Amino acid sequence: MAVTGMGCVSALGRGTAAFWDSCRAGRTGIGPITLAPEGEFRFSSVAEANCFDPESHFAPKELMSLDRFAQMAVVAAREAVGQAGWKLSAAEKERAAIVTGSCYGGKPSEDDGYRSLYRDGQTRLHPMTIPRLMANAGASALSLELGWQGPAWTVSTACASASHAIGQAFELIRGGKTEVALAGGSEAPLTYGSLRAWEALRVVSPDTCRPFSAERSGMILGEGAAMLALENWEHAQARGAVILAELVGFAMGADAHHLTQPSAAGAARAMRLALADANLEPGRAGVINAHGTGTAANDIAEAEAISDVFGPPEIGPFVTATKSLHGHALGASGALEAVAAVLGLRDQAIPGTANFLAPDPACPVRLATEWQHCAHEAAVSNSFAFGGLNAVLVFLRAG
Amino acid sequence: MSQEPELIDTALMERVIRTLAETQKIDAATVTADSTFEQLQIDSLDGINILFALENEFGVNIPDEAARTVKSVQELAAGVQKLVDQKQA
Repeated sequence: MAVTGMGCVSALGRGTAAFWDSCRAGRTGIGPITLAPEGEFRFSSVAEANCFDPESHFAPKELMSLDRFAQMAVVAAREAVGQAGWKLSAAEKERAAIVTGSCYGGKPSEDDGYRSLYRDGQTRLHPMTIPRLMANAGASALSLELGWQGPAWTVSTACASASHAIGQAFELIRGGKTEVALAGGSEAPLTYGSLRAWEALRVVSPDTCRPFSAERSGMILGEGAAMLALENWEHAQARGAVILAELVGFAMGADAHHLTQPSAAGAARAMRLALADANLEPGRAGVINAHGTGTAANDIAEAEAISDVFGPPEIGPFVTATKSLHGHALGASGALEAVAAVLGLRDQAIPGTANFLAPDPACPVRLATEWQHCAHEAAVSNSFAFGGLNAVLVFLRAG
Repeated sequence: MSQEPELIDTALMERVIRTLAETQKIDAATVTADSTFEQLQIDSLDGINILFALENEFGVNIPDEAARTVKSVQELAAGVQKLVDQKQA
């Protein structure tokens, strides 16, 4: 299956070109909190998409009915569709699919509503509150904009939402239900209420995100969206499309282990199943875009799982954790990392994991800490959600 | 939160144990000052819930670092004692 277009909104700048330029430069989008100025938190940094200017993308009336997370989904999808250059027939549009991922849905709208009810004593909410906060708002807005009438739905599996969404779209095309699909995720979790909830969970770093590094102290929350234009291989070839990479494998599974503690066995099983789905031996994967949150628990379990599947770091694939650059955008993260995996295959390069200080013997991986050339045939993108729900994607170099 | 057992007030220790037991839904009589989290089968998520309950009980803010380092009732009470002392100072 071909990836023929991609789009994104992130803390790394406007669109995929800016995203990739920042990856190449090792320039992180992590900075001070401006979206939730109401109070101080135990952490002071997030990865805000400061470049995102809703007014430049939507008419005032459209903005009334679209939450920030849905706006980002639409803007990312427009870029992906533009790059794909689809000229779909009426019959193809009737089958064309949209699968979006989101952990929270319209959290900013929800927060605004609660603020006016509980703090300000209002008794009337904005009439668009429900359409703005519904988790499928991004998928619905896209179907309206594109006139697509095929399967359209939203997956919510916390931090793995976007990877599950991309995997679902993959299955649809592979099963012959549609020729094309848009899939990815979007999230706007940087609200006062949401940040307080994350603060209570005690997993957010007081300084920055250092995946697999000694002295790492947690994750950094981010926001954004990324969408992939997926297309039946023959369909893409027949129209002479530029194919960025091939999506060849997907697997999902549940740890059945613990609410928040990851299981190395569950992660390893998901990676093995995805490689088997792709019909690839582990040795053919040259790059892993890790879930790599920078928390103590994730990185230790993920490193163990990677060693289990691919062998020890000396012989294993290069690993990168781009959350150190774009932050953890929850339900959008898997799609942002898929964009990095696809562009890495296209350019035969791997972004460095930012903020690295020193190896941690507890999580040995062959970590790329700087942008480098990296000849590789396949790339694996991991997403492991709270609740123990795992999704792994495998991409192959095009051509 | 460092271990300073000699400074822990008896009444404070009892409140810490009661709060821990209520949060874990266990009998407070099964918890002693010498109990470790491992013995009480307190995992990392339980630990976070206990810190939350203690923050409310004593009106203090417990730093995130405690969630990673505290592994026993003694350490927990010592840390709370220190925060309470700081608050009263």
